[in-house]
Amino acid sequence: MTQATIDATIARGAAQGVARRGGRGVKPKLGRDDWIMRSAMVLIAAFLVVALVLPLYTMLSKSVQDKAGEFIGLTNYAQYFGTPALFASIYNSLFVAVISTVVTISLAFFYAYALTRSCMPGRSLFRGIALIPILAPSLLPGISLVYLFGNQGMLKELLFGHSIYGPIGIVMASVFFTFPHALMILVTALSISDARLYEAATALRASRMRIFFTVTLPAAKYGLISAAFVVFTLVITDFGVPKVIGGQYDVLATDIYKQVIGQQNFEMGAVVSVVLLIPAVIAFIVDRIIQRRQVAQLSARAVPLEPKPSRRFDATMLAFCAVVGFLIVGILGVAMFASLITYWPYDLSLSFRNYRFDLMDGGGWESYWNSIEMASWAALIGTAVIFCGAYFVEKGRGFAAGRVLFQLLAILPLAVPGLVLGLAYIFFFNKPTNPFNFLYGTMAILVISTIVHFYTVSHLTAVTALKQMDPEFEAVSASLKAPFYKTFWRVTVPVCMPAILDISIYLFVNAMTTVSAVVFLYSADTTLASVAVLNMDDAGDIAPAAAMAMMIVYTSAAVRLVHALATRGLARRTQAWRRR
Amino acid sequence: MRTIRMKTAKRLAGSFLGILAATGLSVGIANADTELTVYTAFEADQLKEYQQAFNKAHPDITINWVRDSTGIVTAKLLAEKENPQADVVWGLAATSLMLLNDQGMLEPYAPKGVEKLSPKFRDSANPPSWVGQDAYAAGIAFNIYEAEAKKLPKPTSWGDLTKPVYKGSIVMPNPNSSGTGFLMVSSWLQLFGEEKGWAFMDALHENIGVYTHSGSKPAKMAGSGEFPIGFSFDYRIAAEKSKGAPLEVIFPSEGLGWELEAGALIKGTDKLEAAQTLLDWAASREANELYNQNFALVAMPGIAKPVENLPPPDKLEAMLIDNDFTWAAQNRDRILSEWQKRYGVKSEPKE
Repeated sequence: MTQATIDATIARGAAQGVARRGGRGVKPKLGRDDWIMRSAMVLIAAFLVVALVLPLYTMLSKSVQDKAGEFIGLTNYAQYFGTPALFASIYNSLFVAVISTVVTISLAFFYAYALTRSCMPGRSLFRGIALIPILAPSLLPGISLVYLFGNQGMLKELLFGHSIYGPIGIVMASVFFTFPHALMILVTALSISDARLYEAATALRASRMRIFFTVTLPAAKYGLISAAFVVFTLVITDFGVPKVIGGQYDVLATDIYKQVIGQQNFEMGAVVSVVLLIPAVIAFIVDRIIQRRQVAQLSARAVPLEPKPSRRFDATMLAFCAVVGFLIVGILGVAMFASLITYWPYDLSLSFRNYRFDLMDGGGWESYWNSIEMASWAALIGTAVIFCGAYFVEKGRGFAAGRVLFQLLAILPLAVPGLVLGLAYIFFFNKPTNPFNFLYGTMAILVISTIVHFYTVSHLTAVTALKQMDPEFEAVSASLKAPFYKTFWRVTVPVCMPAILDISIYLFVNAMTTVSAVVFLYSADTTLASVAVLNMDDAGDIAPAAAMAMMIVYTSAAVRLVHALATRGLARRTQAWRRR
Repeated sequence: MRTIRMKTAKRLAGSFLGILAATGLSVGIANADTELTVYTAFEADQLKEYQQAFNKAHPDITINWVRDSTGIVTAKLLAEKENPQADVVWGLAATSLMLLNDQGMLEPYAPKGVEKLSPKFRDSANPPSWVGQDAYAAGIAFNIYEAEAKKLPKPTSWGDLTKPVYKGSIVMPNPNSSGTGFLMVSSWLQLFGEEKGWAFMDALHENIGVYTHSGSKPAKMAGSGEFPIGFSFDYRIAAEKSKGAPLEVIFPSEGLGWELEAGALIKGTDKLEAAQTLLDWAASREANELYNQNFALVAMPGIAKPVENLPPPDKLEAMLIDNDFTWAAQNRDRILSEWQKRYGVKSEPKE
């Protein structure tokens, strides 16, 4: 099971829509089980309200207040839009996001096309390589690009005198870290095609090119749009890349950071956050609409397309994938290499000097261990909460309104950029009057923000897995008078184990690599590895920053590997029923 | 960086978060030590040593550092004025502390042995609102390899650096975030006068490659040759050179901007005793000798030994400008917003 499975389920899970099994003829009498399940669901919903809705509301209201907390209407907005410098940031953000989206989608589409429609050798290897960027914080490609194309870079001639510090660097690094996200959606889109259409086209003697434009592209249309929006949102809300390699090129995400951290101007930070929320919300809505339509694409009678070998085509595709794969591995390799160089570029001997984090900004090795602790908690608690939430909403009976509302709450985090979530948390949890104020500055708030930030994909993964289970299980258990939690523990959890593991690994890896939400929330005791990368880069310790970024990659990769082995072992034990 | 509000955390953690705490989520479990939240702009590589030495003398006081560049720490302290999170400040620009003092945020205190410190290094009021630890001065990190490769002449004055030959070769800290950046801007305005000072910076701006977040980064970038000339501060350039960077430390002939790093009590701290203990120790001979490992100029006269790759303390002191800290503190806001207006947005990419 890979990341691909998880991301692909966004499409499927959402496509199946919200719970439909509400009214089933006779209205059953509510038993004790129903009440427990409902209360548990309400409890998790309450968690989402406290950890998502209320902070967002506080942030929105902050943006219409002055420093003293008085309501001042849209004055902050007027001030924001009255500053030409900040307008430049909007333009810059849109500019790099559009260019990055076009480049990423083009590359990812052909890569996905090669993976799904050709018989080239090493397809699973190439698929694996393409997913590497997910294991790294988005700061890593920025650092690598400095080594490659900076003023002392190994390949700086390739830029023909242009500076890597600015839009060129931002676009290149953004393409690197968004590539796997686009790829997974496009692979899913290209996988579900109807071979009958191709047979018909071939029978009509359409050329390969013509088939591509009249059959392939239209069929993948929704996947393309969806992937484009995902990439666009990722780039416009990402903060690590422009921070490391943006130079003096200001974008919205770095503006928020500068306003909040640099000038401690929280109200203006809130205004920029709201501005940043707009493209993210639009992308989110469009994405929802599109994914609902995509279901209709595939009818029950469709025949899956089996690619046929073609030497020239396969060779071309192989060459293309080899180049892209080489670039991905190359960027990672540069960071690895940079972290081991004693003093770039004058002393190229190898040493572990850059791994002596205790002499650097960012909290030293403790940050690394904090990250491990945070990621473990997020994976453990997050998986339990999210899976249970999905279970109650999916398998509960009646209470349709509540379940629809829960689904909505569970989908909402996808539309909220991490930076905005983090800032909202400051506003909400740092108020001395808030009963949850004690969470502020603790490990717990980092765990909570991470779970909420990555809630949606995990939730949809769980829902998809649960939908595959026949409701008969519950019916039989109920008729045997087994309480629901017994069925849950003895049947549901084992059957859904692959999905549960997928969720936990997804949460763990993202908790290791994320910067955006936690950068506002960490304290002196809870510094994190990903934030340390940022702080070390700020202090000019770029090689140690590369070293810490590599520690994150090694850790994510190792956990992934363990997960793969565990999934295989577990599959043998708990999934035997799937085999015939 | 945010700090734990220990008291509230402890009180509520017990009743509220029993389960979470039991499972190990560190919400701050009670212990006998006093925990001090110390805001600082000391360099990360100095903190560990200072902390270890302090804890040798006072093992019962735990320091929770909140470290960032000068401008950030200052902004943070000002933002938290109504609800201060820090107990003590240790190693922050005196200009910033004077600003905080004007806002009534400091608790005057005369550390034990303060009379042994040079009067120049402490607030003139009695008891002083802030007491200095060390001074650091502006300097230029000049990468000799890259200069030779790019045929850059060696600059000897600030004025030299506005020449077109240096276009795109200089990196300097952003004064809004970096104390080093601010002391430079403030010194140019004092040396050349307001009008000529800004004109100088206008010309300099044409030669700047990037403005950095921290005052250390330019020395490190110059060290690796990313930009051949970095405006930074004495200790950082010397340290990079000691690490093997092909750098020459240049002190421009017009004179050097400089800044004191000082400590102070934050008014309203509920850990006054521990905070005073920290400031007492920070003024001790032992502490001053420790500062001297990094800084050529320290508060206690007569003990400073030369720092590797830097001129002897008296020579360095002679190069410092006659810095008017009161003027700098009073005009800090105005200078910074003017700077931001002129150079903050280099939004159009340089093609």
